[in-house]
Amino acid sequence: MSLTSIPKPRSTYKAGRSNNFEMNSWLFMRGSGLLLVVLVIGHLFVNLWQGDGIQQIDFAFVAGKWASPFWQIWDLAMLWLAMLHGMNGLRTIINDYASRGGTKFTLKTLLYFATFVTVVLGTLVIFTFDPCIDPASTLEVCTNR
Amino acid sequence: MWSWVAHRITGVTLFFFLFAHVIDTAMVRVSPEAYNVAVETYKNPIVGLMEVGLVGAVLFHAFNGIRIILVDFWWKGPRYQRQLTWGVLGIFVVLMVPFVIRHLSNVFGH
Ligand code: HEM
Repeated sequence: MSLTSIPKPRSTYKAGRSNNFEMNSWLFMRGSGLLLVVLVIGHLFVNLWQGDGIQQIDFAFVAGKWASPFWQIWDLAMLWLAMLHGMNGLRTIINDYASRGGTKFTLKTLLYFATFVTVVLGTLVIFTFDPCIDPASTLEVCTNR
Repeated sequence: MWSWVAHRITGVTLFFFLFAHVIDTAMVRVSPEAYNVAVETYKNPIVGLMEVGLVGAVLFHAFNGIRIILVDFWWKGPRYQRQLTWGVLGIFVVLMVPFVIRHLSNVFGH
């Protein structure tokens, strides 16, 4: 038997049709990753490499950094991007390893809850930070007013 | 394969550390003393060594992440797979060695 024409496939699958959510989150992992290289390595450079490194970290150090909107925005962007990037990465890992629907649901609920709490807490801390929370503070910003 | 495993393990490690790190930093909203007590634990020699591991995890994950992005988006990326992997390990060593020296002298030298 010889076929002179190949019949049209009955499948309605279109190559261009893709899962937009997974595609967007794949892209987000790469975009946020690139930004995080700068944000995280810059954060480590200023806090752990410059000056006395880990020994310099105390309340006054934080007050000095968050006196500037530059570091507030830096830390805010780092918090949000790292948490969402990490959350999305963990979502993939849960999808890979948790086989039972119930386990998957429980782990993801826990993941989204922990992410939400951490992002909200961190954001509030950055925006409501008060260098003079201690009325007896001897920091320069507090004694000069 | 091993770099995929390492990328996964470092990613999960960093996520859990970040969760703890936001909570310890949140102590600045309690009182200067509460925050200073929290960061004092980071200056302990054992935690100081764990910080080396965390910074190592960040550096590996970051540069291996750039490698993944290059393989995905750069048209020559797949062809230079092997060289890119060596590049990741090279940058990792070049950044880690000075960091370990400086950080451990801060941790143990005070
Ligand atoms: C420093 C810069 C960073 C870069 C360049 C980067 C890059 C990447 C890339 C490209 C992926 C792969 C996504 C995929 O295969 O679809 C990924 C996965 C992941 N990242 Fe990051 N990332 C960075 C920081 C972080 C941080 C700070 C965390 C933790 C909060 C994190 C947690 C994860 C997790 C959990 C995964 C999933 C691993 C997997 O699916 O095997 N990453 N990262």
